[in-house]
Amino acid sequence: MIDKSLRWIDDRLGIAKGGRTFLDKIFPDHWSFMLGEIALYSFILLLATGVFLSLYYVPSAHEIVYHGTYVPLQGQRVSEAYASSVSLSFDVRTGLLMRQAHHWAADIFLGSIAVHMARVFFTGAFRKPREFNWLVGVSMLILGIVNGFLGYSLPDDLVSGTGIRIAFSIIESIPVVGSYLGFFLFGGNYPGSGVIIPRFFTIHVLIVPALIVGLLAAHLGLLVKQKHTQFPGKGRTEKNVVGTPMFPTFIAKTTGFLFMSTAVTFLLGGFAQINPVWQFGQYQPYQISYAVQPDWYMGWLDGALRIMPSWEWVGWGHTLPLMVFLPAVVFPGLIFTILMAWPFIETAWTKDREYHNLLDRPRDRPKRTAAGAAMLTLLLMVFFASSTDVLANFFQLPLEAVLWFFRFVVPLSPIVAYYLTYKICVEMREAGEDVGERKRALVVKRTAEGEYITEPSLPRPGDGHVELDAIPLPTFIDTAGPELATPGGVRRVIR
Amino acid sequence: MSDRDPIVEGPLPPAALDDPHLQPLAKNPGRTEGIAALSMIVGFLGFLGFGFTYWINASTQWLALTLGIGMLGLGAGVIAWGKYLMPQGPFVEERHDFHSTEPERKAMTAVITERGGMVIKRRKLLTGLFAAGSAVMGVVLLFPLIRSLGPKPAKSEQTFGTTDNSLYTTNWRQGSLVTTVDGRQVRVDDLQTGGVLTVFPRGHEGASADQVILIRLAELGPNDPPYQIEAPGKTEWGVQGYVAYSKLCTHLGCPVGLYQQQTQQLVCPCHQSIFNVNAGCVPEFGPAARPLPMLPITVDSQGRLRANGTFNEAVGPGFWERP
Ligand code: FES
Repeated sequence: MIDKSLRWIDDRLGIAKGGRTFLDKIFPDHWSFMLGEIALYSFILLLATGVFLSLYYVPSAHEIVYHGTYVPLQGQRVSEAYASSVSLSFDVRTGLLMRQAHHWAADIFLGSIAVHMARVFFTGAFRKPREFNWLVGVSMLILGIVNGFLGYSLPDDLVSGTGIRIAFSIIESIPVVGSYLGFFLFGGNYPGSGVIIPRFFTIHVLIVPALIVGLLAAHLGLLVKQKHTQFPGKGRTEKNVVGTPMFPTFIAKTTGFLFMSTAVTFLLGGFAQINPVWQFGQYQPYQISYAVQPDWYMGWLDGALRIMPSWEWVGWGHTLPLMVFLPAVVFPGLIFTILMAWPFIETAWTKDREYHNLLDRPRDRPKRTAAGAAMLTLLLMVFFASSTDVLANFFQLPLEAVLWFFRFVVPLSPIVAYYLTYKICVEMREAGEDVGERKRALVVKRTAEGEYITEPSLPRPGDGHVELDAIPLPTFIDTAGPELATPGGVRRVIR
Repeated sequence: MSDRDPIVEGPLPPAALDDPHLQPLAKNPGRTEGIAALSMIVGFLGFLGFGFTYWINASTQWLALTLGIGMLGLGAGVIAWGKYLMPQGPFVEERHDFHSTEPERKAMTAVITERGGMVIKRRKLLTGLFAAGSAVMGVVLLFPLIRSLGPKPAKSEQTFGTTDNSLYTTNWRQGSLVTTVDGRQVRVDDLQTGGVLTVFPRGHEGASADQVILIRLAELGPNDPPYQIEAPGKTEWGVQGYVAYSKLCTHLGCPVGLYQQQTQQLVCPCHQSIFNVNAGCVPEFGPAARPLPMLPITVDSQGRLRANGTFNEAVGPGFWERP
């Protein structure tokens, strides 16, 4: 059956050769290679739940009177976008589950991208020949953040509306073209002529997802073409890949993983409330709710805005709000430029033009590792700075003190992080290969002569693990077991 | 693909069934299979449960729980199958450098420079025209793509723009009645000392650019000496202890909604800019750089609050064209 239909397709498309190579593709095993899979699977879940939501959500700022099952909102004038967000949460079966799972999946998507990227960075997996894939990956991260923000804005609730207002003001701060850009995007001065919700909707469900799908295809296509990187180990060289085959072993494991990560997202969506828009109420430009935090991936921008000193440049009939433009436009622009350019910065520095298929241990590249640690520290610190008010409340400190603390800590901490990480890496590297291996206990023994000697205890299970030599992938077709002679002269083949 | 993996071509390498590379990782495959099977059965039941909870319209928690158990059970079972019962190798696959041979590269370059160059050099006119045409097309196609999206922002001299297309204008005019968001006219005895109210010009209730925060700093009558704030040129823009400021934060336009009566400060909840109300709402702390614009107000003969003019500057966050 399978043979026949494969023949039929192969006659027309010639898939057998390439298909076999694909099924034979070898995946090296390491837990950290799973991080990108989480991103992939949460993206699939985002698409699936997103399609569900789009069937009920109404992208319109048009005002209607709410009539639904959510009693506190009965009879209030709200936008169709807000009303439909509440209705799809309460009046559509599984609607709330889908909405919350969608939100969680977005947070997990961006989180796993960030961690996956850190893995790729610290192990040097972005080096030649994989610079393209690094660029594709960073682009997906940026698009993911943009789409997260857009999706967050769609319910037209009080919290997200404030975010849109801030976004408009940030665009306004761009010199020369800022007000034009803002007016074109919003269809006029804020809050615009009611076009912003439908426009955000189109960008959120059509344009950005299409771009991400395209980039994702490129990302995976490049992965197949260039093959996976691997950590150094027995029999592993720059010229080969050692691991388990795509079919059936990897497929089984990764399918199971798809189920597991989706399950976790749905469990979060069902049990961990996220973005309860019905509590926030309809957005009104003159209202605001207190102590709301943006989604985590926007926190670093918010923090940068908070700690910026109040510099506004005025002159020659113009105003340049540096206190907005620098932290909200220049700062993220700089961060993403550095990220994009890193593979090229590094080769300019090291003059290394070789192919690299074996991964680095972070300690063996102290400067790169230190630079990455500095970047992460910087981002983490501005992220913390986005909760100055919460921290001030919690520690009972004056807000002013907390703010000044961050104004110093944010620029200084990356320098400290660089220095410390560099020192630690160098020291670990010098300590030699067996650092990090489990120590063996010493057992004190008394010899027959009454002498005391120590000797290492037996290795623990797993310590003396011997790896087999890697062999080319066999097909199981020609497999014949040892032949056994059975009484009666019939030969049995063990299969 | 000129250099294909050798293992794809030629005879397929066989392996004996007892080859250690094909053995499951599990020490006791039978037991592992049992556990995986159990896990899958749990998953199966979980999905049935999901169908049931959906049918009886149970709560979100039940839906999530059953769906989660279904996926976890099935997923864990498949992972156990793949990880412990399928051949783990290690297997090896050769890698090849990606670059083509030198002659291949040269040939490719030649096609572009020589063959392409020849065509272009021979027909300079056509090349130029095609380039010019495409360039013009690219530019004019940007017009509908960008320019149709919204109005151009009005220039500052055009004081009669609407708030829809001008960053300089609000709907406050000389004599505008001060009203609350639900359309109630504000009277001079509405607020006590320390009271605050968000107000709009009548007919524009709820409009973003027009939001004004009305604060009563002192309960003064019409015959008391006027309350003077410490803002040069604006000391008497208030009336009977009332002052009115634009509620749009000059940082990023959040509504500055939090009034602290003891310190007479307005706090923006977005990034904690603090404005000193008594000093004309100059920023004292945080990222905001400019004072909140002040609205002159007065009381008419019937005791209603009215605007006594309009803002003398653009409200809200800064932008390039702002003088
Ligand atoms: S918007 Fe008011 S402080 Fe940022």
